[in-house]
Amino acid sequence: MAKSKSAYSVPGKIGKLERHIIVVWVDNEAGVLARIAGLFSGRGYNIESLAVGEVDKKKHISRITIVTEGTPQVIEQIKLQLKKLVPVHKVADFKRNDKEILFRELALFKVLANSKKQEKIKKICKKFNPVILDKSKKSFVIQVTALRAEIDKLALDLKRLGLISTSRTGSVAMTKGGKVFS
Amino acid sequence: MPKLITGAEIVFKALEDQKVEYIFGYPGGAVLPIYDELKNHKSIKHILARHEQGAGHAAEGYARSSGKPGVLLVTSGPGATNAVTALTDAYMDSVPLVCISGQVPTHLIGTDAFQECDTTGITRPCTKHNWLVKDVNDLSRILHLAFEVATTGRPGPVLVDIPKDIQFKKGKYKFKKSTLKKKVNGKTVLKVSNNELDKFIELIKRSSRPIFYTGGGVINSGPEASKHLRELVSLTGFPITSTLQGLGAYPGNDPQFLGMLGMHGTYEANNAMHDCDLMINIGARFDDRITGKVDEFSPKSKKIHVDIDPSSIGKNIKVDLPIVSDVSELLKSLIKRFKEKNKNFLDSNKQKTSKWWEQINKWREKKSLNFINSNKIIKPQHAVQRLYELTKDKDTFITTEVGQHQMWAAQHYKFDKPNRWMTSGGLGTMGYGLPAAIGVQIANPGKLVVDIAGEASVLMTMQEMSTAVQYKLPIKIFILNNEYMGMVRQWQELLHEKNYSESYTAALPDFVKLAESYGCVGIRAKTPDDLDAKIKEMIDVQKPVIFDCVVDKSENCFPMIPSGKPHNQMILGPEEEEEISDEGKILV
Repeated sequence: MAKSKSAYSVPGKIGKLERHIIVVWVDNEAGVLARIAGLFSGRGYNIESLAVGEVDKKKHISRITIVTEGTPQVIEQIKLQLKKLVPVHKVADFKRNDKEILFRELALFKVLANSKKQEKIKKICKKFNPVILDKSKKSFVIQVTALRAEIDKLALDLKRLGLISTSRTGSVAMTKGGKVFS
Repeated sequence: MPKLITGAEIVFKALEDQKVEYIFGYPGGAVLPIYDELKNHKSIKHILARHEQGAGHAAEGYARSSGKPGVLLVTSGPGATNAVTALTDAYMDSVPLVCISGQVPTHLIGTDAFQECDTTGITRPCTKHNWLVKDVNDLSRILHLAFEVATTGRPGPVLVDIPKDIQFKKGKYKFKKSTLKKKVNGKTVLKVSNNELDKFIELIKRSSRPIFYTGGGVINSGPEASKHLRELVSLTGFPITSTLQGLGAYPGNDPQFLGMLGMHGTYEANNAMHDCDLMINIGARFDDRITGKVDEFSPKSKKIHVDIDPSSIGKNIKVDLPIVSDVSELLKSLIKRFKEKNKNFLDSNKQKTSKWWEQINKWREKKSLNFINSNKIIKPQHAVQRLYELTKDKDTFITTEVGQHQMWAAQHYKFDKPNRWMTSGGLGTMGYGLPAAIGVQIANPGKLVVDIAGEASVLMTMQEMSTAVQYKLPIKIFILNNEYMGMVRQWQELLHEKNYSESYTAALPDFVKLAESYGCVGIRAKTPDDLDAKIKEMIDVQKPVIFDCVVDKSENCFPMIPSGKPHNQMILGPEEEEEISDEGKILV
C-alpha cells in the first residue's frame, strides 16, 4: 500500500513493545478493580496477568500487580492515568527484565498418575518449590511457585504425564535487598 | 452529639455549604425524597429541564460561563442513562459537574428492579469518579469530596448515586472546609521550580520562530489566567494561536493573534505551528484535530507543554519541557521571573523575530477565512459576521451546536473575554448549544446569550425551548438553516463522490411556527438585505427567540485540512477543491 499522506488519524510509528510490571496501591473499596480494569480496556491497554490482595487490613489497602506490554509512551500513560484515579495511592513500575526485582507466580496442577509417575513428576517440579497438597492412589495435586515461562513449560511437560487441571495466579513482585517500591 | 437528619436533608445541607444556587434536573420515582425536601431550601433554585440530557448541558453552560460547578439531579435508570451524553461531554471538555442520581432502594439493587440500572458502572468511564452511597453516614463526606474532585486539578464531572432508602434514612451531617486548594482529583500537586522557569525563559530567549498555542486550560484556570496570558504575550511580542476551546482567553482582534488553529483553523496559524522553532503549549492537549499526523507535526520545534493534568503531557506528542501546573500560577511566577532578568526584552528581541513575523504576514495575506459573498442568498459566514458586528458592543455569550455552523462561529465571531464561548469540542455533541444557552442565561441574567445553531443539531434538544419559556430566559437560537447536516454533506461532497447519503432533512418544521407554539418569538431572514434588521429585531426582543436564517445550502467550511494531505497543505476555498486520495477517504 502506498504511504498515506493524511493529516488526520493516521497511525504514527509504533515504538518497540516492552513488558512491564505495574504495582498499584489502592483503597480496597467496591468497584476499584472495575475502575482499574476499565481504564485498561477503555484505553486499549492490555492486561497479561493480574494479582490482587489486601495488604493492609487496618487501612484497607490492596496491592495490585499488573503485567502489561506497551511502548514506553503507553507505559508512561498507564502510570499517569492510574495515578489520576481517586482510590489509587501510589504506582510503581519496572521492566520485566529488571534484575533487582523478584517475580513469582503460583500454580496448582492436578495430575492423574500412579505412584511411579508421581515420583517422576515430583522430580520434574523439584526446582520450583513443590508442595503436595492432596494425594490419592490415582491422583495428586501439586503446588509450584516459579516464573511464568517456567510454569508454562511445566504444564507442557506434565500434560504427557496425566495433567487434567491447572490453576494459576498472576505474577506478584518484590524488590531485592532492603529497598521497597516507591 | 449532632442532630440526625435524613439523607435528602443531608444532600441539601451539602449543596448549601457548597454555595450552590441552581440545580438542573428532572424528577422521578427514585429521587422523590430529595425533590420533597426542595421546598425547605429557598436559597437553592431548581431548573426543570425537559430531558436529562438538556439538564446536563444546561449545567455545563452554567459552569463554563460562571466558573462554578454545575449541579445535576436525575432519577435512576433512564434518568441516569439520559445524563450520560452530558457527563461524557463534560468529561471531554473538562467541565466541573456534580450529578446526583437516585437509585432503587439498597435491597433491590441487582434484582433488575423497575428503573434500575448500574449507574456507577455505566458512568465510570465518563466521570472523574463516582460513588454509590450505601450508608447514610457516608453521604455528607462523599458529597463534599464529589465537589472537591469535580473542581480541582483538571475539572470534570462526578456522580453520586443515592439509593432511595438512603435518602429516607437518618444520619449525621459533617462538613469541614477543605484547606488544600490546588489539587489533582483531590490529591496535592507540587509547585513549579525556579529551575523549570529558567529553562522556560531560556527557550523563549533562544527562539527566533516562536508561537504560543493556548487552549481551554487557560479558561479553566480562571479569568486571572487570561490576564497573565495577555501580559506574557505582549511582553514577548510572540504570535499566538488558540484551540477551539481556548477562544476568548486572548482577544480575537489583537494583531498578535493568528486565529484558531487545526482542521478548520487559519492558514497562518497552521503554517506557523508547522514551521515554528518553539511551541509554547499552555493548557491545550495536542488533540488529533490539531496535530493531524503526529509523525509530521511541527517537526522542527522545541515544545513546552504546561498542563495541570500530568497524563495530558506526552500522550500524543513528545515535549522537551513538560510542566505540570495550574496555568494561572505558572504564568504569574513566569512573568515575575522573566521581568526581573529581561528588561526591554520586547525591543531587544524584535530583530530576532522580524523575519518570522514577515513570513506570518505573508501567510496572512492569503486571507484564508474569505468567502465569496452573495447579494441574493445569505452566506452562513456572512450571517455570523453580521451577528458579530451587531452584538460585539454588548457583553455577548455564544454557545453552539456541532458542525459547519460551529466552525464558522469559531472563525468569524471574535471573542475578547474568557467564559463567553461555550461549545462542545471534545465529544462533538449535536444538541449541546440550546440547553447550554439556558444554563449560560441563568448564570448571566440580563446578558445577551446566542446559540449559533444548525437546524439538524438544534432539533435534537429543541424541547428545551419549553424550559427557556418557563423560566423567562431570553436566549436567542440563531439557526443557520441549510436543510442539510452541513458537515456531513461537506465530507460527502469532498470524500464520497457527492453521495449525499441521508444527510438531507426532508420535512423540517416551520421554525417560526414552532417558536410560536412554544410561546416564544420566531423570526425568519431569507435575503442578505433583511438580515441586519432581523438580527436587530432578535436582539431587542425580551423573550426567547428562534431565528431561522435561511442560508446557502451548498456552502463548505474552509479552510480545511482534508484527509490525505499533510498539515501545511490546506484547501483554502472552493476554487481549490481537489481530488482526495483513496487512502484519505477512509480517515475521519
